[in-house]
Amino acid sequence: MIGEPLVRREDLRLLRGKGGYVDDIDLPGVTYMAAVRSSQPHARILNVDTSAAKAAPGVLGVYAAADIEAINGLWPQHLAHSSLKMAVQRTLPVDKVRFTGELLAVVVAESRYQAEDACELVDVDYDPLPGAGDLHRSLDLGAAIHEGIDDNVAAHFTQSTGDVEAAIAQAPHVLRETFTMTRGGGHSMEGRAVAARWDPALDQFTVFDATQVPHQARAQIATVLGVPDEKVRVISPPDVGGGFGPKAGMYPEEILVTWLSKELNRPVKFIEDRYEHFLSCYQEHRQEHSVEVGYDGDGRLLGLKDVFLHDTGAYAPSLIVPLIAGTTVPGCYRIPNIHIEFRAVFTNKVPCNAVRGAGRPQGVYVMERVLDHIADDLGLDPVEVRRRNLIQADEFPYNVGLTFRDGSPLTYDSGNYPGLLKMGLDLFDYDHQRDLQRKRRAEGVYRGVGVSIALEGVGIGPFEGATVRVEKTGRVTAVLGAPPQGQGFETTYAQIVSDGLGVDPDLVDVVTGDTSTIAYGVGTFASRVMANAGPAVLEAATEVKDKLLRTAAAMMEAAPEDMEVAEGEVRVKGTRIGVAIAEAARLANAGAPGVNLPKGVVAGLTSTSYFNPSSAGYSASVQACAVEVDAETGEIEILDWVVGHDCGRIINPLLVEGQVIGGVAHGLSNAMYEESIYAEDGTPLTTSYLDYPIPSARELPRLRLFHQETPTPLNPLGAKGAGEAGTLGVPAMIATAVEDALRPLGVRIHDLPLSPGVLGDLIAEARDRGPGAA
Amino acid sequence: MTGTQTVAFVVNGEPRSITVEPRTLLADALRTDLRLTGTHLGCEHGVCGACTVIIDGRPVRSCLTFAVQAEGREVETVEALAGPDGELNSLQHRFQQHHGLQCGYCTPGILMSLTSLFRDNPVPTEGEIRDQIQGHICRCTGYQQMVDAAVEEATTNAGEAR
Repeated sequence: MIGEPLVRREDLRLLRGKGGYVDDIDLPGVTYMAAVRSSQPHARILNVDTSAAKAAPGVLGVYAAADIEAINGLWPQHLAHSSLKMAVQRTLPVDKVRFTGELLAVVVAESRYQAEDACELVDVDYDPLPGAGDLHRSLDLGAAIHEGIDDNVAAHFTQSTGDVEAAIAQAPHVLRETFTMTRGGGHSMEGRAVAARWDPALDQFTVFDATQVPHQARAQIATVLGVPDEKVRVISPPDVGGGFGPKAGMYPEEILVTWLSKELNRPVKFIEDRYEHFLSCYQEHRQEHSVEVGYDGDGRLLGLKDVFLHDTGAYAPSLIVPLIAGTTVPGCYRIPNIHIEFRAVFTNKVPCNAVRGAGRPQGVYVMERVLDHIADDLGLDPVEVRRRNLIQADEFPYNVGLTFRDGSPLTYDSGNYPGLLKMGLDLFDYDHQRDLQRKRRAEGVYRGVGVSIALEGVGIGPFEGATVRVEKTGRVTAVLGAPPQGQGFETTYAQIVSDGLGVDPDLVDVVTGDTSTIAYGVGTFASRVMANAGPAVLEAATEVKDKLLRTAAAMMEAAPEDMEVAEGEVRVKGTRIGVAIAEAARLANAGAPGVNLPKGVVAGLTSTSYFNPSSAGYSASVQACAVEVDAETGEIEILDWVVGHDCGRIINPLLVEGQVIGGVAHGLSNAMYEESIYAEDGTPLTTSYLDYPIPSARELPRLRLFHQETPTPLNPLGAKGAGEAGTLGVPAMIATAVEDALRPLGVRIHDLPLSPGVLGDLIAEARDRGPGAA
Repeated sequence: MTGTQTVAFVVNGEPRSITVEPRTLLADALRTDLRLTGTHLGCEHGVCGACTVIIDGRPVRSCLTFAVQAEGREVETVEALAGPDGELNSLQHRFQQHHGLQCGYCTPGILMSLTSLFRDNPVPTEGEIRDQIQGHICRCTGYQQMVDAAVEEATTNAGEAR
């Protein structure tokens, strides 16, 4: 079944409106928590008066920092790093707020309407402080966003290989450019959502949480509440309305809902609305990359130095975004000398955490733009410059010389970048596209071609686990720690169990994201689950098959090696003589109380396996498009678009296709549409879809997709990861294509996203300068 | 804000009566009072389209509609699309075949918009299909596979009409 385009079983309930998202779960006696959020980007809290709110109809309680001291200690750093300074973060801020939208107090009431009404009655006195809505302003602010970190720099980190200064000093050609990119929010269509109930008989919390990381959420909640992990059961429901990174973060609402369910002895629910998603759900802010690149007369890279600033927002739970961005820059190119350096800067904005791509689109954008500029400088075709620098198919494993975000050497496991590029260019018909471009240009049309190649570190550790068991009904249960947010785990992991155990995939039930069903788990992010949970599921299924064969053989008085699984039975090979799987399971899993099992029968047809990869793997993608730009309006029309993708072995091509196209749409949105805009002091200016466009079916052109499969040697499945690769190369490709289209005008693109307004300004400036002045 | 009002309307073919505050949104009334949780709220300001239902034959944002505005009207939600035994209708089936949904959160609203389109025009072009669903945001799919599903539905309708 591995490799088959099975349609998803999940769809049957989702298409009928019978999904079970957090807000759909019926919790008798449920109460509703609503949030009072900071209206200031940076201010001292002088007073929080909750008295009027407490007296409002339906209100069960109002809680500010002073009311939750038991759960308001310092939060641990989510992901520590040697360069990351410890900044104070608590469940609710005590002395000051650091971004507009920061949770200040909560109201719990009988209905959500009443809770929101009462929030309006909470009176907060602020003493405003200078705020920074931009990383340069923060560096010059003269006011510390976190006490003791006076320069507002959360981290300064450098890594290098070779001698980049010498390489650049000796290089025949040197390029110096600055590229910036702002990404944006996750914008899962279901916002954050969490509901909890406390069971007094067990003194145990059950938390329904639309999280990508239930085991991490359990650890965080238990730590802050000061209870053992076992007292907190976190269930990420089978239906979560998208994740895209921000739902892998830790949020104060998860702590409060859980704690309040015991305080009030009633279930408590919090459902984030879209306005709150804009204000308080983690985003990726601006990065500003200043590169210096040495190259020879053939366009071959000799040394690359990238020094960048990363806006980490008001808190820095981790450095994963800048760490990944920096190590993505070298990409699929041979660069003997590399220096990567970044400063992560606090600003008065919602904290930064990974959004689909997690720094990679920025890294790809920097490298691909560098190659375009080299091509321009030397009068070479941009694709030819890429080709000359590509790592070849016989160079794996390829050690870049840097350390990846997972702590292991940045070593590419497998791939065939020249092959992937050639397939992409052939399908796109590159030479023909260049002919068309010349023809259209002669007609006065601004037409351009863009090509980008992207590598994505995927399948990072530390591990993921799975339990497979044969039930007494004859059905098979596979339990994963990692939860899905639309990826189709119930279908794909049934395919793997089917191959491992030899049963029909329809007989396999997949259980996900419930901390009570599997001891340990890490979560769904970084295109990592298939390369971790996939091998774990396969191994567990294979072990269970062995137990099943031995059990059935004992029952049949045959040798295990003579048995096979077929049509719901375990049979003597090549015959129809056998026992039903259900029968074997009844014996092995239950037996008869007090009666010994027959010799050879294995007690318990179950197996749990954890897989920990030795390092990340690297998926690759190539994209090519043709665009035409309306120089009067700045509008960009995409006329043809080819996307090729290599995520190693494909488990379900139908679903991988969906992942790639969806990722591409996110990338296009980052390239041309969505942008979180903040005032100088950090006040957010884009807080609804009226000022923050996300492309619709009208903006998304039809793509032509193809796949290349170079299995990874890092796991027995050969699978890498597919969740983000589509996103990575799009901003680079759009910038390249648009710049190429506007070459006659000399327009240069250094900043993304590229809205029609921004592009219109660039065109006007270029026209003012006059042709050839660029 | 104070006081309640009774609303009598037809939901998915059944006469229903609920008592709500006048400010109660139709989406909340459907989800909370009638437990029809297939209608989802994505933005609560009328842009994302996740909450789309059909009222008297027209697709409507239930997050921008008060429940009291449904008085005497006929409301259809995603729960009405499948057959009596839960079998998927033709459009739903094509969504599954083409992998037209991922997380499924925006899907009910899109199905209701397309249902309305196909009633008015059984053989829409791809452009008309994209126009109809441009009032919906899907963050997962990039729309291509759901457009393919709807195009196939139109193609089949065209074949049957011949």
